[in-house]
Amino acid sequence: MKFYRSFADVEADLRAGAVTCRQLVDHYLHRIQTHTHLNAFVAVYADEAQTRAAEIDQKIALGTAGRLAGMVLGIKDLLCYAGHGVQGGSRILDGFTSQITATAVQRLLDEDAILIGRQNCDEFGMGSSNENSAFGPVRNAADPTRVPGGSSGGSAVAVQADLCFASIGTDTGGSVRQPAAFCGVVGMKPTYGRVSRWGLLAYASSFDTIGPITHSVADAASLLEIMAGADDWDATASARPVPAYSQQLTLDRPLKIGYLREALEGPGVDAAIQQRLGETIDLLRKDGYVVEAVDLSLTRHALPTYYILTTAEVSSNLSRYDGVRYGYRSPAATDLESLYKKSRVEGFGAEAQRRILLGTFVLSASYYDAYYTKAQKVRRLVREETERVLQMYDVLLCPTTPTTAFRLGEKTTDPMQMFLADVFTVQANVTGLPAISIPAGTDESGLPIGLQVLGRAFQEQELFAFSQYLHLKLTT
Amino acid sequence: MNIDRGMLRRVAHLARLEVKESEEEALIASLTEVLTWMEQLDEIDTSDVEPLTHMGEAVDALREDVVRETITHEQALANAPQHDENYFRVPKVME
Repeated sequence: MKFYRSFADVEADLRAGAVTCRQLVDHYLHRIQTHTHLNAFVAVYADEAQTRAAEIDQKIALGTAGRLAGMVLGIKDLLCYAGHGVQGGSRILDGFTSQITATAVQRLLDEDAILIGRQNCDEFGMGSSNENSAFGPVRNAADPTRVPGGSSGGSAVAVQADLCFASIGTDTGGSVRQPAAFCGVVGMKPTYGRVSRWGLLAYASSFDTIGPITHSVADAASLLEIMAGADDWDATASARPVPAYSQQLTLDRPLKIGYLREALEGPGVDAAIQQRLGETIDLLRKDGYVVEAVDLSLTRHALPTYYILTTAEVSSNLSRYDGVRYGYRSPAATDLESLYKKSRVEGFGAEAQRRILLGTFVLSASYYDAYYTKAQKVRRLVREETERVLQMYDVLLCPTTPTTAFRLGEKTTDPMQMFLADVFTVQANVTGLPAISIPAGTDESGLPIGLQVLGRAFQEQELFAFSQYLHLKLTT
Repeated sequence: MNIDRGMLRRVAHLARLEVKESEEEALIASLTEVLTWMEQLDEIDTSDVEPLTHMGEAVDALREDVVRETITHEQALANAPQHDENYFRVPKVME
């Protein structure tokens, strides 16, 4: 079986009778089985996927199949799928079965996508290396001694290693884009509110988004266009109409591009990544684009803003896991208070507990204004500054990450170093803007490099069209 | 910001968590480091800035109040670690 990197190829082969959905599913099941050392999947829906594939093969024969017939997907272990387990990479949801299907997932199923399993991730999305999972770490297929990035690590590796055609991840501070960059695939974070969060286990509700991980920009566009749109179950989902992104992947005007000066010239970014960014700027200029350096004075402050607000939100969101109504309950509990405490201490991992403590602190009465309110104010300033720059430039270009994939265990003892892995990605979440990570070759050790393009709110269409052009440019 | 033992214990209780005594010191150091790092926001003058509290653009999206079932009573109890026919079970609260 060939390594399909474009859904158009899958569809052509399905039409020509060169492959069936059943064969595709069997191929991915075999690949999953022979790559268990990567630890990308926490549950595989083998029988179900095979049965569904046979049904969809029938539909294709009858001409009644949906737009995603033949697309075999994995979903991050933060997305609900009714009748199936979901635990956000956490022990605290041991044995939990979803009673609903996330709106985004349902829309993909309605178009005949096949779900092959759920994928490993950092606990409730909290991490940049996929080392904070109750299911153990995920390994990067480019070098299994290295991390895949996080928190959607399993989802990125599954696409990288051909364990499924595409994945659906979630992005709160870079969790789709950063692992996509580390694994050499495309990862897209839509505008906040573009995709309903119904059925997504909450981490930080004012930051959380759902986004696709694919090999091509065109397929990311197709998946987003199906998942996006208003939803009765999520009042924060935007009612703006969803353009047919996948049908408009050609730029209709020359764009003006800004790049982050500090990312190209400043310290803390790998030389190979800076070189790749520099080459890309040259390529764009040769093609006639106006590309100019941009200074965002508040970039440095986006990261602490992100951590104050997300720890606050997570301490609130994770309070629901108390051992009473669902999930893990400690057998050592003697009274109600010890039931709460022991269930949570035994159920949550170390990083989740650390962030809950931080969030509880910044929300506590004496410190609320100094930390939480302050960060909300800075968030407004960061958004205003970014939007001002985006009035002058159509898109902003920077690396997705300051380094390529680091080694397992390299940063687990130093959370501050781990935070820095998100330095270029959090801007999009603090501001709510859409951004995409595009594979841009490798460093001297053969580790993938990702470049990030940030766009204007709800201008995914332009972001996709430019990224499609850039991706082709960088791979040819 | 310097966290002390008493503060850590108060916050842990508010969060319904427990910190082992042997882990207190390391956790205090780590929380102090992160909170101190967060304080770099104090460099920014925000005296005339309104906090950004909502990221969405929708304001007051209204709809009719319609009664509909989300999940059944049985489903609501199905994931509970301990339940009877009608209720979640927890250790006795009052003697």
